[in-house]
Amino acid sequence: MGVFPWVAWYAFRRHTAYPLGSAAEAVTNTAFGFLRAYVLIALWQARPALGGYDAADAVTFTFLTQALIGPVQIFGGMELTDRIRSGAVAIDLYRPAGLQSWWLADDLGRAAGALLLRGTLPMLAGALAFPLRLPGPAGLAAFTLSFLLATLVGFALRYLVALGTFWLHDERGLQAISLVLSLFLSGMILPLVVFPGALGAAARALPWAALIQVPAEVFLGRREGPRLVSALAFQAGWAVVLLAAGALLTRRARRRLVIQGG
Amino acid sequence: MADRPFDAVRVYALLAWTWIRAAAQYPVSLALLTLGTAVVTSLDAAAIVVLFGHAPRIAGFTAPEVLFLYGTSSLSFAVSDLLVGTTELLGRHIREGSLDAMLVRPVSPLIQIATEDFSVRRLGKLVPAGLVLGYALPRLDTAWTAGRVVLVPVLVLAGVAIFGGIWVLAGAVQFVLIDGAGATKSLTYGGAYLTQYPLTMFARDLVRGVTFVVPLAFVNWMPALYVLDRPDPLGLPGAARFASPAVAVLTCGAAALAWRAGLRRYRSTGS
Amino acid sequence: MIEVVDVVKTFTVRRRAGRVRRVRTEAAAVEGVSFTVGRGEFVGLLGPNGAGKSTTIKMLTGILTPTSGTVRVCGLDPAHRRTALARRTGVVFGQRTTLWWDLPLRDSLALVRRLYRVEAAAHRARLAELTALLELGPFLDTPVRQLSLGQRMRGDLAAALLHAPELLVLDEPTIGLDVVSKATVRGFLERLNAERGTTILLTTHDLGDIERLCPRVMIIDRGRLAYDGGLERLRAEAGGDRVLVVELARPGPPVRVPGVTVDRVEGPRQWLRLPRSANAAQVVAALAGGHEVRDIALREPGIEEVVARLYRGEREYRPGAPAQRPAAAE
Repeated sequence: MGVFPWVAWYAFRRHTAYPLGSAAEAVTNTAFGFLRAYVLIALWQARPALGGYDAADAVTFTFLTQALIGPVQIFGGMELTDRIRSGAVAIDLYRPAGLQSWWLADDLGRAAGALLLRGTLPMLAGALAFPLRLPGPAGLAAFTLSFLLATLVGFALRYLVALGTFWLHDERGLQAISLVLSLFLSGMILPLVVFPGALGAAARALPWAALIQVPAEVFLGRREGPRLVSALAFQAGWAVVLLAAGALLTRRARRRLVIQGG
Repeated sequence: MADRPFDAVRVYALLAWTWIRAAAQYPVSLALLTLGTAVVTSLDAAAIVVLFGHAPRIAGFTAPEVLFLYGTSSLSFAVSDLLVGTTELLGRHIREGSLDAMLVRPVSPLIQIATEDFSVRRLGKLVPAGLVLGYALPRLDTAWTAGRVVLVPVLVLAGVAIFGGIWVLAGAVQFVLIDGAGATKSLTYGGAYLTQYPLTMFARDLVRGVTFVVPLAFVNWMPALYVLDRPDPLGLPGAARFASPAVAVLTCGAAALAWRAGLRRYRSTGS
Repeated sequence: MIEVVDVVKTFTVRRRAGRVRRVRTEAAAVEGVSFTVGRGEFVGLLGPNGAGKSTTIKMLTGILTPTSGTVRVCGLDPAHRRTALARRTGVVFGQRTTLWWDLPLRDSLALVRRLYRVEAAAHRARLAELTALLELGPFLDTPVRQLSLGQRMRGDLAAALLHAPELLVLDEPTIGLDVVSKATVRGFLERLNAERGTTILLTTHDLGDIERLCPRVMIIDRGRLAYDGGLERLRAEAGGDRVLVVELARPGPPVRVPGVTVDRVEGPRQWLRLPRSANAAQVVAALAGGHEVRDIALREPGIEEVVARLYRGEREYRPGAPAQRPAAAE
């Protein structure tokens, strides 16, 4: 077994070792699912079929969003940031494995743990309280793929922000900007289908849409056939571009660390 | 506990000022973070604007009315967060042992936790709240009697106290459930989100819960019914609309008792 | 200064029993400990991890309330007069700082002055004195989070002493410190006790602290006071076997001397274990009679070994009636 599956497995174990904290987060994710669902139900009562969704779509979208908060870590942050700030990243850079691959493996393990501990409760509670629109086996397979790509894009974005710590005196500003973008442009606050004209079009083209909006559409069965392919290609495209940018920045960071001596 | 209430205020101000000065050493960071906080907070307002872009009335309420609710709720929440919001970190202080360090100082640990990392950055939340309230107030279609005018600042202050009590209650829960911080956010941040919208949107049982169990309805909804001249969907007596200050006192009292009980428990169990 | 009578502290522990079921059991961290510490004493509290040291310290400082028994510190009941007591005692935790992480040390100390309401003039004089003694000058304006462990510990000591407490309680003050910092801290504590008459109680794993600083040692083991007295008496009473190191003229099989066991043979050298009951002179005489001896040395057991034996429970030491000391009256 190579080192990366081991890193991922270790991260999974680490993030599931204290399930109580995650369960507590899941409770809040679920509570917000209910609050946001009622808001959207009220909107769809005033405007049925808004954006091509019906109320069941909107409610499903909401609970799915809440279930994805943990796995795609929409609120940002990565342990790597602390390691860069403390200088411990020098150890990571001396490993024979690449920094980005190492942390990607770690993040996939974390995401799997979060899906299990934080994704289940919101979906379960939502399904018990409302008629949710759940996918069939084929839809579920497509969603799994889309979810995996969303995790990749989520990692790539957060990795870029974390690397910013190498150059910035205080990285919290960058994190705040990134938080605003990822909350609003991912569909987390409202589904992107209710965004007006140009704003909606722009939001749907940017990488944050790959985090929530696109996987949710796949889940709802609104992307099938060629539209499913284009959805997955959209996610994969952004994953490749952002991961490549991360690789480039990693090289820069390594050079900077070597020159400055850590 | 501090010797006198005045003393508690003095020590609170002292600690808060020290933290502010520490943060002010990096003014650029501070400005950016304040701006970031303001923008993140205003996303909820942006969501309301987007919603009303599709319908003139939602759940029977107009955009200015909902923005009035948003403004009062988030103004109250922002101030309460500034004052006592860091009590949600109690679990971490217990885990890391820093609560013990607080207990050997001659100052209430509640004051020490509440002022921890006190930062004007959190004032960033006040900006969108104030702007939205300023936008919504003149656009409300209501007859501004003296009573209604006076009730607006009263409801904001009572809201601060109710949210403050809820923060401290949520913190006190962590004396028992150390890992509970994630769940108590349902009450604090969840409460802030809920009160941005008219309660007519939510299920009847939920509304009963936030009226009689966790008194979130008294943050702004009950007095807003009077300000906006609306009927109460729960059909409570008219006096309920003016009950917010009394409810605030009760909430703060319950929070103080819970905190004391939690601290006593911590000191007898050490965990 | 400190009076502890029959103090018990039990915790409720939830243990897994099967998949879901949990059983609650009472676990005693401290079981009936009594001692007194007089004004101006310097006492070391020893014990293995989990023996009840920290719990005892927490009850003395009012962080924890005892399950039963009475505690008086500076004439106050810590559990009920925590704040009043805090103004008269200084507490330092070696494992974590009581300073404010993001503030420069100077600001942290200024804040401590306000919290403890120390007069400005007294504060200035005391800060100058502590700055000189603890050599704080070079890092007074550095944020606490950037300080080395040794610097931080010195800063913590200063913060704990700004209000001139009568009693200083230290939990592992030298843990993780380098040799130089350790020496600075020890030297400072020694002077504080000798010149100011501050009563000091410290817990430690480092027996060097005890040997250097504490005329009196208390050992807590499994929640009970296993020893209370001087270091020498501890050595004598608890103290394991002495070791006689003999160098013979040539290598050979282990020597045979009645009442003595040979622990180790290394070429011409042999290590002989002498029980307390054995007479060293007789053993040496017996040896010299049968062998050609080049050199001979008698080793007393080290304090580490003495304590290790105590922890292992090889020798139960039970003090009789607690030594009658003058109560730390106010």
